[in-house]
Amino acid sequence: MCGIVGLFLKDKSLEPQLGSLLTDMLITMTDRGPDSAGIAIYGSETTGNAKLTIQSDSPDTAFAGLDATLSTALGTPVTLSVKDTHAVLDLPFDKLDQARAALPGIDPSLRVMSRGETLEIYKEVGLPKNVADRFDIRQMSGTHGIGHTRMATESAVTTMGAHPFNTGLDQCLVHNGSLSNHNSLRRKLRRDGVHIETENDTEVGAAYLTWQMQNGATLGEALESALDDLDGFFTFVVGTKDGFGVVRDPIACKPAVMAETEQYVAFGSEYRALVNLPGIEDARVWEPEPATVYFWSHTTPPTAQEKAA
Amino acid sequence: MQEFDLEAEGLRALNSALHAQNNDTNQTAWEILNPKGSHAIAVGLDAPIDVTVKGSTGYYCGGMNQQANIHVAGSVGPGVAENMMSGTVVIDGDASQYAGATGHGGTLVIKGNASSRCGISMKGIDIIVHGNVGHMSAFMAQSGNLVVCGDAGDALGDSIYEARLFVRGSVKSLGADCIEKEMRPEHLAILADLLDRGGVDADPSEFKRYGSARKLYNFNIDNAY
Repeated sequence: MCGIVGLFLKDKSLEPQLGSLLTDMLITMTDRGPDSAGIAIYGSETTGNAKLTIQSDSPDTAFAGLDATLSTALGTPVTLSVKDTHAVLDLPFDKLDQARAALPGIDPSLRVMSRGETLEIYKEVGLPKNVADRFDIRQMSGTHGIGHTRMATESAVTTMGAHPFNTGLDQCLVHNGSLSNHNSLRRKLRRDGVHIETENDTEVGAAYLTWQMQNGATLGEALESALDDLDGFFTFVVGTKDGFGVVRDPIACKPAVMAETEQYVAFGSEYRALVNLPGIEDARVWEPEPATVYFWSHTTPPTAQEKAA
Repeated sequence: MQEFDLEAEGLRALNSALHAQNNDTNQTAWEILNPKGSHAIAVGLDAPIDVTVKGSTGYYCGGMNQQANIHVAGSVGPGVAENMMSGTVVIDGDASQYAGATGHGGTLVIKGNASSRCGISMKGIDIIVHGNVGHMSAFMAQSGNLVVCGDAGDALGDSIYEARLFVRGSVKSLGADCIEKEMRPEHLAILADLLDRGGVDADPSEFKRYGSARKLYNFNIDNAY
């Protein structure tokens, strides 16, 4: 069992409250996943710049002087803002791949949580409330975000086993369920040169989507083919720079509730997660259909075939 | 009228108060405020009382009900009226998966749509859905009646025993051993009564009846892998 929450804002006036609304939704889902939590938040964008969110188990030493070291290595200014075990590196977009390649040489213990123009991913082991407090999620503003509370069934309770998983530039995946063919799929993807770090089933799902998109699929197409290639139970929520998508396996045992108003589209594993959203009393509330890919996006019209990134 | 603020007083206090009622109680009408999607509201009741839930609920609302009339003025999460024995549960909105699962008796009315596995393993309950039902509804249904005024999803009545299924709209597909059956006068009479109890204004002749082909009752070597 795990909990998923998602909030996509249509009304710009709610953007300063995104972190606060998502934090409350996430904490409500603690019963479904008390062992670790994570949040992907799509915040502000500086034209020409990219964000690289990194993590370290010893942030005091790992992050000290990292901006200067990386700046020298890349030959361009880099800014670093530390939040607990995570830090966001802000650097020119065209230096992003170079920075990713340079980081292991600077400190092999650094882990990349996410990369993109607006996306930042924060995740750690612990109760959702504590995780949200550590990163001060409540204060964050943004256009949309996805949260996850984990109750591990398939692999160890670790930072890297927590969700969301970064699947590409400004893209992420969270999962409620369990994949049963992840071992064979992991072997297949690794043979194709895909980097998979843990024994976690969802990481394989994320790597699968990345692999599909590297081979030319849109996110919508990758999700459609996931319905054929992934065996097991899943409700997936995927974040993109423009919005988010939802897909459930054909059996659809794993719960999902959506709510839409003029101000937002919200996702919750349970209706409980949505009850304190503004105007929820008058929202259209429904369950997404099994084996159907949904997208909500700031760019119109949203379709499953849309090139999401 | 007993008014109970669930958010203020908590679930355990609510269900304890409802369980304390017996056949002779004078507190026959209860109103539950601020359900806010909470789980296990009004489960295990066994008294002839009327309970109204003012809002939407989470998992297992009205589970194991006996005698009570439970009315939810909202939608319900998974497993509403699961294993109900008697009484009535009426949902104004939609119901999530496995509504009325394993129910032995009583009446469950869903005025909106029900999602997947509605009436799974039903054992005598009557379920009347004003809207549609999702896939695998009435899976392994053993007895009772499921009335669907809208459409049914994939694999309706898979591995069904002796329950009766009445559907007015389309059936996406029938499950293993479920077939369309002749609607005889006695079925029309049964359905008319069910529609009346479910508050549905519909002509029984618009419905089709589905049930078991009874081919799975005995072992058939051709079904073995």
